Amino acid sequence: MAKTITQEFTKGLWAEIPPFRLVLGLCPVLGVTTTMENGIGMGLATTFVLLCSNILVSALRNIIPPKVRIACFIIIIATFVIVVELVMQAYTYPLFLRLGLFIPLIVVNCIVLGRAEAFASKNGLLPSMADGLGIGIGFTLSLAALGAIREIFGTGTFFGASVFGASYQPFTFMIQAPGAFVCLGLMLCIMNLFEK
Amino acid sequence: MRELIKMVVVLTVLAAFSGGLLAGLRNGTAAQIEKQQLEFVKGPAIKKILEGASNDPISDRFKISDGNMQRSFFVGKFDGKANTVAFESFGKGFAGEVGLMVGVNLETDKIVGIAVTTHSETPGLGAMAKDDPGFTAQFKGFSITKPIKVTNDGGQVNAISGATITSRAVCAAATDAENIYQKLKPQLSEKIKEFNK
Repeated sequence: MAKTITQEFTKGLWAEIPPFRLVLGLCPVLGVTTTMENGIGMGLATTFVLLCSNILVSALRNIIPPKVRIACFIIIIATFVIVVELVMQAYTYPLFLRLGLFIPLIVVNCIVLGRAEAFASKNGLLPSMADGLGIGIGFTLSLAALGAIREIFGTGTFFGASVFGASYQPFTFMIQAPGAFVCLGLMLCIMNLFEK
Repeated sequence: MRELIKMVVVLTVLAAFSGGLLAGLRNGTAAQIEKQQLEFVKGPAIKKILEGASNDPISDRFKISDGNMQRSFFVGKFDGKANTVAFESFGKGFAGEVGLMVGVNLETDKIVGIAVTTHSETPGLGAMAKDDPGFTAQFKGFSITKPIKVTNDGGQVNAISGATITSRAVCAAATDAENIYQKLKPQLSEKIKEFNK
């Protein structure tokens, strides 16, 4: 049963939304979602890498020898990650400063390598593009949602603008690592409830 | 054998292509990146420290080599005289290095101001070192002869509550800046004369 392009795209948004359904790529998910802006920035960077690497891996899938495929995938992914890093540094420098270490870490993000290995290396160009874009946007949405929740409660702001006014005492637990785990757990729980 | 050759060829071509692309991109973006760094990181810090300077400290800069590294110094002119320099030093914080821009008056040998440039400290706690002007204001007027410490360590700086490690990092960076200043003072005095012509 061949899935349509639309199905490949939409599966990334709900059925296989990376951090919640596949519980993959948690390192950046927990690390950068202290504010919504960071979450979206990280998500978009990952989407770009995912889309480009899926396209290239899919286009080269008949040329890359199976025995060295992982090495080839890593070269392709790493190249695009450095492209993102340099472009971010040159044009959105403040965001680059906040994301810092997590941008180079996209190279080892298991979502990106996972899609290259499990999907793009076995499918044609168009489905691979749809798959990369879908998973990427799903990842961005998850990061944005987590970032928004943590930012609203942790610092009392939303997209940098104050929500509760000056008298709000920030719940700093939310922007630290344990808060990230609790938030992620609660969101997984809510998603599972919806499924039922 | 054929397979082996194919593997080698594919990997080599991929890696060469990737290297070429990145080298090109790096050359293309280098100037823009340096501009961004000056504008977003060092610029605001320098402007804060050298507030009221009659010149533009970012364009009036010079480099001095210290050991095998180049340090940038930004000159501030006050009352028509170039007598203040700002430069960057680093201290080890809670999550990586904390960059600190330190302004020193060459005539009085006193710190005129400091400002945090780069850091990856916890937002709301360690990041307050950059956001809370009250903390950095404490450093104003310190003589560069003695090490700067937080009150807990027997010093004179009140640490940010909940962020002792970051506060220590800022103090360490300031102390490091003092050492750099003392070491390079002869060259600095020499260089700054050029701006007084």
